[in-house]
Amino acid sequence: MSFGIKIGLGLAAVAVVAIAVTTFQLPPAKQIQRGYRGLGMVQVFHPASLEKLQASNVSPKADDPQDPSGQPSSAVYQNVQVLKDVDSNEFLRLMNSVTQWVAPTEGCTYCHDQNDLSSDKLYTKVVARRMFQMVGAINGTWKSHVGTTGVTCYTCHRGNPVPQNIWFNSGRPGEPHGLTQEKLDKNVPSFTAGSTALPSDVLSEFLDRGDEIRVISTTALPTGDRHSIKQTESTYGLMMHISQSLGVNCTYCHNSRSFFDWDQSTPQRSTAWYGIRMVRDLNTHYLDPLAGTFPHNRLGPTGDGPKLDCATCHNGVYKPLFGTSLLKDYPELGPAKEASLTPPAAKPQ
Amino acid sequence: MVELVARSADLALNEKREGKIMAGYQNIFTKVQVRGPAYAGVPMTGRNDPRAGKPSFSHFFGMIGDAQIGPIYLGWLGVASLICGFIAFEIIGLNMLASVNWNPIQFVRQLPWLALEPPAPSYGLHLPPLAQGGWWIMAGFFLTTAILLWWTRMYRRARALGLGTHVPWAFASAIWLYLVLGFFRPLLMGSWGEAVPFGIFPHLDWTASLSLRYGNLFYCPFHMLSIAFLYGSTLLFAMHGATILAVSRFGGEREIEQVLDRGTAAERAAIFWRWTMGFNATFESLHRWAWWFAVLCPLVGGIGILLTGTVVDNWYLWAVHHGVAPSYPHVTPAVIDPATVGSAP
Repeated sequence: MSFGIKIGLGLAAVAVVAIAVTTFQLPPAKQIQRGYRGLGMVQVFHPASLEKLQASNVSPKADDPQDPSGQPSSAVYQNVQVLKDVDSNEFLRLMNSVTQWVAPTEGCTYCHDQNDLSSDKLYTKVVARRMFQMVGAINGTWKSHVGTTGVTCYTCHRGNPVPQNIWFNSGRPGEPHGLTQEKLDKNVPSFTAGSTALPSDVLSEFLDRGDEIRVISTTALPTGDRHSIKQTESTYGLMMHISQSLGVNCTYCHNSRSFFDWDQSTPQRSTAWYGIRMVRDLNTHYLDPLAGTFPHNRLGPTGDGPKLDCATCHNGVYKPLFGTSLLKDYPELGPAKEASLTPPAAKPQ
Repeated sequence: MVELVARSADLALNEKREGKIMAGYQNIFTKVQVRGPAYAGVPMTGRNDPRAGKPSFSHFFGMIGDAQIGPIYLGWLGVASLICGFIAFEIIGLNMLASVNWNPIQFVRQLPWLALEPPAPSYGLHLPPLAQGGWWIMAGFFLTTAILLWWTRMYRRARALGLGTHVPWAFASAIWLYLVLGFFRPLLMGSWGEAVPFGIFPHLDWTASLSLRYGNLFYCPFHMLSIAFLYGSTLLFAMHGATILAVSRFGGEREIEQVLDRGTAAERAAIFWRWTMGFNATFESLHRWAWWFAVLCPLVGGIGILLTGTVVDNWYLWAVHHGVAPSYPHVTPAVIDPATVGSAP
């Protein structure tokens, strides 16, 4: 073997080792069987990744309960619109907790005008009020998805004024591009769809506009179902988003031999079905209408407001915060009373 | 015969001990390169142009094949094919480059994701504007022309050398699958949008989506056959390659000679397979096995794709109907489609 070939083989070996060391995970991976044997209905977890996830998805300790003052917050504080029936001591405790959950470094004045705490001068207070209504709606109307575990502000915010996983419309499709192929929402690295080349605009399609997700034919022979391969790619992109947001394989919900068949699916598929409808509802009724309330620096490239998807709550875990319920310590965030729902205030001048 | 084999093994052992190792195919690379004067090939007759270029030798190519490079024959078919192929390559590449705003660094970084996309299904079989899939149709036209011209060239070169036409017909089988994917099936479906994008990851996404849309292609019997022929091809190739290398010490690499005049190499190879699995192909029939396995892989695969969406809409349900797909016990409570029990709140 000539010297040149030895050098070449040596370099190739170094490259292979470098790729293996930097991208591979040390075996063994943990496998959990979730279906009948032989069907490959298995969830694969890597212990080190799971430990990291568990460390970064810890629910905070609830503040100590307060003795009730006997007076509703609306009798003690001004301009309370959503939580007005809550006991005033409970209200104060909740405000303190919310500050820790949402704006721990910015403090009360992230939302409140320091000269007049009741003022709606800051947009953040107007948004926060709508978010309290949203949490109430999730814990009440959407029990089909969140169960009795429910959500609190912390489920999404995790100590950040703006949750880490939000999205905007990309504004890419159909953009004119001279004589060459117009810009598409696919065939670019799509981090929404698990780094694939699948459509990246699937969140607008399915989690805001509510396009039809089902594309697989339900009859053996053709009976006029015209769903195209391109539509299938969009659905595939949405599924990759869910898979990535929850840190699970396809087989967490589906039997991959027959993706469409509910009869062979796991109960989690039903939970996910309601989850998709919930996110649509929250985006169209709570987040989208706030676009006019947010200042320009909080808006997306096409002037739309921030929106939520599966990752906003889940953060890579099959159950947000591994199923810990913070809601049970804050019952005032529970099911909303329909009467207290008011549309968002106009953008402050 | 046992004696013969044993003796031969002793012989090889002795040779090794004495440090006399015969030149043979015992390494990944050809270790001994025999080099004569360059051979220009059989004389050209008829209306054929002469072969072009002065032959040269490459030690590296000699390690994996023949050391002689050229002379080459392109002819007008070859030239026309290369021009058409180049046009298709440029249309695809420049559109990909445009999609990253003509940034060469981003082009290299994102290349696996980039693609030239077929028109939207709403265009049906009509010609869309260039920016909305027209470039895809043009690239497809030139690529198909290039491939068909290259096939014709292969056929004519085989004939010009007085060969059989086995290679062009094997190539035709691959072209059949290519045409089904990008031309025949879209035509039957009435939409260019059904065809495959030109791109590395995008064509793989398309493949997965086709299987998803039509209820799992693994339940398509033609897909099953295609896989069997694909894996079968690799198995046969491995068995054949290994057998010939193993008997090369007895002159087994002279396969054609051994077909006509069976010598000890062919006998030993045949006995080996009869011993191990009771049956053996001959030096001649093995090549028919391998040729048919390779040719049938895209041939039956193409039939399966052509039936998908045109004749069968869900291969899984088709397989259930025909008793192919078994059912398995439930291990979780039965799940009902939420869409059938009233809409979401």
